[in-house]
Amino acid sequence: MPNFEHPEYPEATLLHLESMVPCRESQVSSLLSIFGERQHFSFPSIFIYGHTSSGKTYVMQTLLETLELPHVFVNCVECFTSRLLLEEILTELQSLSSENKHGSHMPCDTFNDFVRLFKQEIIIQDLQNQTVYIVLDKAEQLREMEANVLPGFLRLQEMTDRNVTVVFLSEIVWELFRPNTGCLEPFTLYFPDYSIGNLQKILSHYHPPEYSADFYAAYINILLGVFYTVCRDLKELRHLAALNFTKYCEPVVRGEANERDTRRLWKNIESHLKKAMQTVYLREISSSQWERIQQDDGEPGHLKGLSAHAHVELPYYSKFLLIAAYLASYNPARTDKRFFLKHHGKIKKTNFLKKHEKTSNHLLGPKPFPLDRLLAILYSIVDNKVAPTANIFSQCGTCYTDWKEPCLLPVPLMNRSAGVLFLPWHILPQETKDHLSCDTPAFNLGWS
Amino acid sequence: MSTSSVSKGCFVFKPSSKKRRISSSKADYFSQGKNDSEDSGLRFASCQLLWKQINSETEKIQEELNKQLFDNLIRFLRQSHSEFQTKTTEWMCRMKSSEIPTAALVLGVNVTDHDVTFKSLSEVLQDNVTPYVVSLQAKECPGIKHLLQKLMGQLMDCYVDADSSEEEECVNISQKKIRCSMASLSKWYENVTKKTGSETPSKKRTSSSRHWQSPPVVVIFKDMEIISSQHIHEFPLVLIFGIATSPMIIHRLLPHSVSSLLCIELFQSLSCKEHLATVIDKLLLTTQFPFKLSEKVLQVLINIFLYHDFSVQNFIKGFQLSIVEHFYSQPLSVLCCQLLEAKKRVTSLSHNQCENIRSLPSFRRYVESQVSEKQIALLTEDSFLKEVTQTLLEDLHIYHENYFTVLRCLHVFTTSLPKYPLGKQIRELHCACLGKSVWETEEYESAIQLLRMLAKDELVAILQKCAEIFISPSGKQFSNTVEKLEEFLARFQNLEGKHVTYCQILSVEFRSVPSVEELSFSYIPCCSFRSYLAPAEMQTLNEVVYFNTANTLREHLNAAPRIALHTALNNPYCYLKNQTLKSDVGCISNTAPDICIVYKLHLECGRLINLVDWLEAFSTVVTAVEGTDPEAVATDQVDEIIHARFIRAVSELELLGFIKPSKQKTDHVARLTWGGC
Repeated sequence: MPNFEHPEYPEATLLHLESMVPCRESQVSSLLSIFGERQHFSFPSIFIYGHTSSGKTYVMQTLLETLELPHVFVNCVECFTSRLLLEEILTELQSLSSENKHGSHMPCDTFNDFVRLFKQEIIIQDLQNQTVYIVLDKAEQLREMEANVLPGFLRLQEMTDRNVTVVFLSEIVWELFRPNTGCLEPFTLYFPDYSIGNLQKILSHYHPPEYSADFYAAYINILLGVFYTVCRDLKELRHLAALNFTKYCEPVVRGEANERDTRRLWKNIESHLKKAMQTVYLREISSSQWERIQQDDGEPGHLKGLSAHAHVELPYYSKFLLIAAYLASYNPARTDKRFFLKHHGKIKKTNFLKKHEKTSNHLLGPKPFPLDRLLAILYSIVDNKVAPTANIFSQCGTCYTDWKEPCLLPVPLMNRSAGVLFLPWHILPQETKDHLSCDTPAFNLGWS
Repeated sequence: MSTSSVSKGCFVFKPSSKKRRISSSKADYFSQGKNDSEDSGLRFASCQLLWKQINSETEKIQEELNKQLFDNLIRFLRQSHSEFQTKTTEWMCRMKSSEIPTAALVLGVNVTDHDVTFKSLSEVLQDNVTPYVVSLQAKECPGIKHLLQKLMGQLMDCYVDADSSEEEECVNISQKKIRCSMASLSKWYENVTKKTGSETPSKKRTSSSRHWQSPPVVVIFKDMEIISSQHIHEFPLVLIFGIATSPMIIHRLLPHSVSSLLCIELFQSLSCKEHLATVIDKLLLTTQFPFKLSEKVLQVLINIFLYHDFSVQNFIKGFQLSIVEHFYSQPLSVLCCQLLEAKKRVTSLSHNQCENIRSLPSFRRYVESQVSEKQIALLTEDSFLKEVTQTLLEDLHIYHENYFTVLRCLHVFTTSLPKYPLGKQIRELHCACLGKSVWETEEYESAIQLLRMLAKDELVAILQKCAEIFISPSGKQFSNTVEKLEEFLARFQNLEGKHVTYCQILSVEFRSVPSVEELSFSYIPCCSFRSYLAPAEMQTLNEVVYFNTANTLREHLNAAPRIALHTALNNPYCYLKNQTLKSDVGCISNTAPDICIVYKLHLECGRLINLVDWLEAFSTVVTAVEGTDPEAVATDQVDEIIHARFIRAVSELELLGFIKPSKQKTDHVARLTWGGC
């Protein structure tokens, strides 16, 4: 007796579907009941949300394919403009029933065109009597498109007057989507995170054909024991499982242990997995490098991770410019006199710092500062005399673009008082110009 | 110019083609203002030739240095998609999430050099791995749309190149304004592979090499990689990131969800300092090229490198500039070529050129050291002068040959000393030797002091290295020395006791306390070291091959815009070279351009400048020129034209960033510079 009951579909199909979607039975059955029978009108829009790899895309795809429902599956990240998105949907729709895989290209610029072409296409494809599903994966991207796209899709059923349901798949909640006007509330469905038991079940489900399910399940158990505290992403875990499985099997292959000797196998693999957690999982070294290490049975010690190369060598003045920028952005301007002048006079500490300045400046983040302050600090921290050459000025700009962290050349500085710069605009590198928004007419007229 | 239009408006007049200046060839610029007796044509030709040789040499160096890096990269690329080729459908492949192979190329902060590296990299890839190489730059792709457009564009072009028979089809696609999406990219790839016959492993690799420095790239990347991961099975893609700073930036810029889709391998290029050392070694410390840099010039170039940009390309450009400058400004540079050719050229020198030789300071010194009959002959007879010049040139050549060999020897000694009193790099030693007699310096003294403390085995190793240098082709004239050195070494080895220092050995050998000189080079007895490492300035005719106007170079390469601007406004004669502009410092000349007058007046003001006062001062200065009409001044009515000129000058000053309108007082402007605000 299958979990899912539905008069429309044969029992065998439903059983197959059940085996395909472990741990997502309740969601699937509620979806099934929402969908109803083929010719029934369904909700105009369904909104499904849940964390990364909680099976949204997979469940939707399996469901629609197993039940052979007419559907269009589009990833919104791929279609970065609304035009691309609409055209993609139409093209997919074309190729639904017809054999030719790639239908002819339909130009579609506005939502209005889309509705018209969509209606035409439904008639051509003879789909009037069935619900057509449009699944928009990664629907977060819709928020960045034109304002009419999201409400348009929400009301697609109403506007086209056809039997169509739009399904949104998203990682964020509906409240963050809701447009101000013209919004039709969709039916929302939540996919909760997989629990550790679920993960165990799903991961063990796909065991390699050479080994028994029990053997693999034991392995998964060890793996989850190590990784579950840091990572609950199913995809990542599956990847890690595949990477380290050969190492786990080694004693068995060499004949030193049999498949049931879990203790010995555990001893063999545990330290290895911990090492993997420090390196591969953080992408310090790549998985192919990890595999090579496993094959050679070598120590990963000789392979330096990405963070080992963190040391950056800079030219002499660039170094000091960076330090100067750091000092200027974190120290209040009032303290400059005290820090950089030799005879600054005594200042009482209690009066010197205002109350709000007693909190660490690092917590408050870098602050904007004028360029001449930066240069003044530079001149005072470099031992010998610094000639104010173009090479140094041009680096003031790159300081901002290259090493964004300590050095924030503020944008207002480049505006009105930009005259201080004394720096011909055209000798700045192009990237710098792009970053320094210049709305002074003087700059636009004179320097470019 | 007039138009036939009745309405008022702006009209564009294109310059008629007749008026366009006939562009003169580069060689003409070279001879400008000089008469031809100074062989400008020949100088230009030899300059071109020399630069061509040097350029090819630098390219060769670059290629050799990058070879290992590129080999590693190519191996990585070949491996990365072997799975794709074999189309394995094992369990492993299914389970692993599809990662995009990514090479992270850490290139260092010298961004200007990267272009060359990337260019040669994509050439190498095109030759060895795949015809499909796309190179993208961060600044060219502000958004994902541009990125894909660029990518498709470059790919389609490649495709046309690779298979011209299908050109038509391609043109069709591009005319349709290709729908730039990942889907179409993948479709396109399917087409290509189908057409080229599915049997052949038509690998496809997109290498997106990009300079990755500016934060906005992140957005592009984020999307880019999410997309790519889905198509990876149909579409083998390899990314190559160029990283200027630290590889950690990948993690900082990309969220974990994206970086987990990348299979990143790190490749480190050679550091720019090593690159520079090789370039100096191959270009400067060799007799292969006749052209040499003097100490100051070399110092300027090295300083720009170390203090400002770390860019080897800029160093080479500076070197090129000094070559051009040398051949342009020094008439005798015509003799700056290979020795045989130079000797030939000497015989055909004109009388003017002979006079040029006579006026060289180093030649004058030489003449003064000769006996009086010879002095007269040298100063009066051209033919005798030419003969002497030939021998002098030969001497100079031999000097260089010996100099570089001995310099390398000395460098072997000094690098083994603690604290490096004479510098760690050979370039520092070279600079020291070029400038003055190195043996008179304090650093040299301390180096010798330290040398005495060396243990025997260290010393033997150094001496063996020296012997190697002398044996190498560049040191062939030292064969005599080598024999003696080896004999000496053999005697060293026979000495008993491991911890004998150099000093003790020598005192055993010589049974007396040797002088500093003997100590250092007694093992090269016939080699009088002083004569070999004498500074180049002491050599006769050194002006022919040495470029020493460091100032020109500094002005060109390390410009100071503030100072230049101030000079231009304060002393317009400096740039305009108009005799009437010559004036004393402090007084304001009325012949100067308006902006200079306004500038000088503004220097006398405080933070806020009253425009009315300023205008009055301006008009007083200006009318002093025409100043014959005292009544006009008395009427207190400023002439309209002067008023307009004043306004224009002030707005020019505002444009240059000296003043800005003030909100405190409406008829005032605020000063921005020179302690104004």
